[in-house]
Amino acid sequence: MTEAPMIRMVSVDKHFGELHVLRDINLEVTAGQVVVVLGPSGSGKSTLCRTINRLEPIDSGTIEIDGQRLPEEGKGLAGLRADVGMVFQSFNLFAHKTILENVTLGPIKVRRTPKAEAEKAGIGLLERVGIADQRDKYPAQLSGGQQQRAAIARALAMKPKVMLFDEPTSALDPEMVNEVLDVMTTLAKEGMTMLVVTHEMGFARRAANRVVFMSDGEIVEDAEPEAFFTAPRSDRAKDFLGKILTH
Amino acid sequence: MDALIAEFPRFVSGFLGTLRLCLFAAIGALVLGTLLAAFRVSPVPPLRWVGTSWVTVFRNSPLVVVLFLFAFGLPQVGVVFPTFGGNSFFWPGVAGLAAYTAAFVCEAVRSGINSVPAGQAEAARAVGLTFQQTLGSVVLPQALRTVVPPLGSVMIAMIKNSAIVGAFGVTGELFSVDGALTAAGYSALSSLGGVALAYLAITIPAGIGLGVLERKIEVKR
Repeated sequence: MTEAPMIRMVSVDKHFGELHVLRDINLEVTAGQVVVVLGPSGSGKSTLCRTINRLEPIDSGTIEIDGQRLPEEGKGLAGLRADVGMVFQSFNLFAHKTILENVTLGPIKVRRTPKAEAEKAGIGLLERVGIADQRDKYPAQLSGGQQQRAAIARALAMKPKVMLFDEPTSALDPEMVNEVLDVMTTLAKEGMTMLVVTHEMGFARRAANRVVFMSDGEIVEDAEPEAFFTAPRSDRAKDFLGKILTH
Repeated sequence: MDALIAEFPRFVSGFLGTLRLCLFAAIGALVLGTLLAAFRVSPVPPLRWVGTSWVTVFRNSPLVVVLFLFAFGLPQVGVVFPTFGGNSFFWPGVAGLAAYTAAFVCEAVRSGINSVPAGQAEAARAVGLTFQQTLGSVVLPQALRTVVPPLGSVMIAMIKNSAIVGAFGVTGELFSVDGALTAAGYSALSSLGGVALAYLAITIPAGIGLGVLERKIEVKR
C-alpha cells in the first residue's frame, strides 16, 4: 500500500491553557478502516476527534486528510471539512430548519447541487437511516435517536471520505442507543472510513478494526479489538477496562 | 391642541418627513449594524478591529456631535452629500443617525448571535459552510428570534433621536414643525403637545408591529 492514509496525525500537541490535552499524538487511519477511540473522560479523545477537521486548532504537529494537510481557516478549510463528515454528541441539528432541510443545506450551499436533486438524495438518505417520514418536522419534534440518525444523514449527504463520531450515543436514552449504533455498524460494513469516540464496547468489538486507547492526552494502546479487550498491555487500560466491564 | 387642529397639514407633512428620514436611517442602521456585528464575530482580526472601533466611537459620542460632524465636519474633508429636495442637511442627517444607531444595532445583533448555541455554528462549519454561509444560513436566522425585542427598542430610540436632526436644520420633519409654529405665534405647549402626539403616532404602532413580528417569528420551529 503506497496510498496516503485517510487520516494522518504526526506529533500533534495541544494545550488548553495549562492543561496538556494532546501529547505527541501519532495516528494513521487507512481508507475503509474503522477506528474506535476509547478512554476515561478527560483523556483528550473528543479533542483528538475535533482536531481532525480543525474545529479545534492544534499547537504543533501536522494533520493530513487523504494526503492533504489541513489548511488555515478559510475557503480551503471549508472545502476540506465538506469531505469530512462529523457527528456530535449533542446532534447539533439546525434548529430552525426541517429534517430534510438539514440534510440538503450542505449539498445546496457547498456542493451547489440543484435543490430538487439534493432533496431526492436527502430523502434517500433519510430512508436509509429510517426516518424519511419525519422529513418535514423540526429537530425539536424528534426523539434523540431520530435526531442523531438525521445528523448522520446530514453528514452523509456531503458524500464524505471519512466520518468522525464524537460520542454519538452519549446523550441518548438507553433504548435509543441501538438504533444509532445499527446505522453506524451498517456504515462500517459498507466500507466507510470512520473514527469513533465512544463508550460503547459492544460496538467496538463488533465493528472496529482497531481500538485506540487514550489516557491523559496520550495514545497508550493501539490494537485490534479482541487483543485489546482480552489482553490489554498497559496498566491504565487494564484499570479502565476493569472499571467499565465489571459494573 | 389648537395648533394641531389649525395647522394639521403641517403636522401631516412633518409626520411624513420624520417617517421618510427614519426609514432611510433605519435601513442604513440595520444593514450597517448587522455587517458590523458580523465583523465583530469574524475570525479576521482587522475586521473585528473595525467593528469594535465603530461601536466604541459611535456608542460613546453624543448624537448631536455625530450629526454636526456629518453635516459640517465631513464637507471640510471633501465628503459632500447631495441635497434632498433642496435641503442640504437631509442626507448628512440620515447618515449621522444611521452611523450612530448602527453601533447599537451591532451590539443587539451580536448579543443575538451569542445566544445561538455554539454547536449550531460548529455543525455548519463541519458540513463545509464558509464563515459567511454559517452566519447567513444558520446563525443569524436563529439569532433573529432573540434580537427582535432589543432591536425594536433601538429603532424606537432612533425615531425619537431623529428630532435632533430636525433641531439642527432638516426642515420638514416633525420637530422642526414646532419651531415653525412657535415662530408663527402658537404657544409652546400647544405646538409641542401636537408634536409629541405625532411622534407617538409613529412609535406606538412601531411597538405594536414589533410585537406582531415577534410572535410571528416564534411560531416557526
